[in-house]
Amino acid sequence: MGGTPSTHKMILENGKRFDGRALDQLRPISIQAGVLKRADGSAYVEWGENKVLAAVYGPREVHPRHMQNPARAIVQARYNMASFSVSERKRPGPDRRSQELTKIISEALEAVVFVEQYPRTTVDVYMEVLQADAGTRCAGLTAASVALADAGIPMRDLVPAVASGKVEGRVVCDLNREEDNCGEADLPMAILPRTGEFLLLQMDGHLTYDELMQAMEYNFKALKVIYELQKEALRKKYATAQLEEPVVLPKPEEAPAAEPAHGEFHEGAGVPPEEGAHEPEEPPLDGPEDHEGGA
Amino acid sequence: MEQDAIGELKTEYINRLLVENKRADGRAPDEVRPITVETGLVTSAAGSARVKWGDTDVMVGVMIETGTPFPDTPDKGVLVTNAELIPMASPYFESGPPRPESIELARVVDRGIREAKTIDLSKLCITPKEKVYICYIDIHVLDFGGNLFDPCSLGAMMALNTAHVPAKRHGLGEDYKLKIDHFPISCTTAKIHNGLLVDPGLDEERVAEARLTVTTDENGDVRAMQKGLSGKLTFEQVKTAIQTSQRVGRELRSKFKLGA
Repeated sequence: MGGTPSTHKMILENGKRFDGRALDQLRPISIQAGVLKRADGSAYVEWGENKVLAAVYGPREVHPRHMQNPARAIVQARYNMASFSVSERKRPGPDRRSQELTKIISEALEAVVFVEQYPRTTVDVYMEVLQADAGTRCAGLTAASVALADAGIPMRDLVPAVASGKVEGRVVCDLNREEDNCGEADLPMAILPRTGEFLLLQMDGHLTYDELMQAMEYNFKALKVIYELQKEALRKKYATAQLEEPVVLPKPEEAPAAEPAHGEFHEGAGVPPEEGAHEPEEPPLDGPEDHEGGA
Repeated sequence: MEQDAIGELKTEYINRLLVENKRADGRAPDEVRPITVETGLVTSAAGSARVKWGDTDVMVGVMIETGTPFPDTPDKGVLVTNAELIPMASPYFESGPPRPESIELARVVDRGIREAKTIDLSKLCITPKEKVYICYIDIHVLDFGGNLFDPCSLGAMMALNTAHVPAKRHGLGEDYKLKIDHFPISCTTAKIHNGLLVDPGLDEERVAEARLTVTTDENGDVRAMQKGLSGKLTFEQVKTAIQTSQRVGRELRSKFKLGA
């Protein structure tokens, strides 16, 4: 963890956090499915100040061919931060941190895709962090599984992800960047909601066993909310498509209008904050998400 | 990794043994392999340790040099961890740029050492903003016998614990012993179909569905965790792995007189 001291208290007298959230409260999250035209599936997530886009291609041929698995598909994720996603320009291309995240996110997704149905192929999942505000790996993974579903890839379940942590000695849910920078621990976690099994689990910082259990409890609770938002995003896209199917047959010249929304994600358009969204305002923040420390 | 018939057989064999609480090498499911550590073997390094952990053999060298601090931490020294999976260690290791496996290994070892505040980096500052000590932890895997995380973490800890800051070489007074404040130990649990195996050996690791590395400090507090592989872990399995790590941490700290 950063451990950089902050200029003000992160946990206020009234037990709320600096951005107005309760200890166990998520930042506002909105998820949109099917935002790109070329990709087989895509999703866009706004999560606090995070803006993350995910796209899926596949199942398709594996290159180089020696990476093919004759028994099943491979899932190749790519987590990438745009150079402009943090206030100090990030050197483009994969650094060690994103290579590690790429690896564990690929592993987490491989657990939910029915890989045995598509031998010798790859399912490519690209995550682009356009704006970073702590918790980008979780936002990326959350978007990725919606994009997989949008691509129609057979899978066991969606994969919600979230990170709780510790700030000023208190366990809190879903750290924002400022909390992350001066935080004492971070616990990113992704589960298979159907069974509650862990697909991704990392931790750094300092937590006693009891604090760790508390942080996991916050995560489990938040994951339920995120899971609902993921399903809602898919429902929204495909329910609209369904309604536009002519239940009452239209006359031939009245071509059914409006395509299912391939919404824009740029121009800050996104989606309006919606269900269960909490209201806090994020103060503008600086600094890299992780302290790489050259490691 | 292993889709061939031998892999299938091994998987079945390892799973069948576990039903009777047994392992191929005779260990109990929650037992770590025998460990020996030698320190100070490399005199050119500030600190070094060779860890033989079952069939796994790693060499860790700590080098302390001077350089400029990171702009956002101008009054702190720098800790850098690197792991080399050199081709001599396994037929599957190739030379070339670091692969995701070695990056993950280095970063998980680094995370445990860094998050436990093993060394106080502010003590490695020479002149704020200008000159600090940079502490490199370089890990060479010599023989890959499964479960690299724990031997490499222990090697890093032991090398740091015996390291001297070469102040004289940099004209900064007499050499002195690097001060160690905390003693993180990592312990990895693998999950296979029929249950959990602590400190997986090579074959066990190959058939593992998931693994969880947990690093604890001398108080039993958790400092770092990393789940790996594309299998799933239940909440109970995660709790068991954490508690196992707390126990193994206690045992190894007392065996190697860390913090005693």
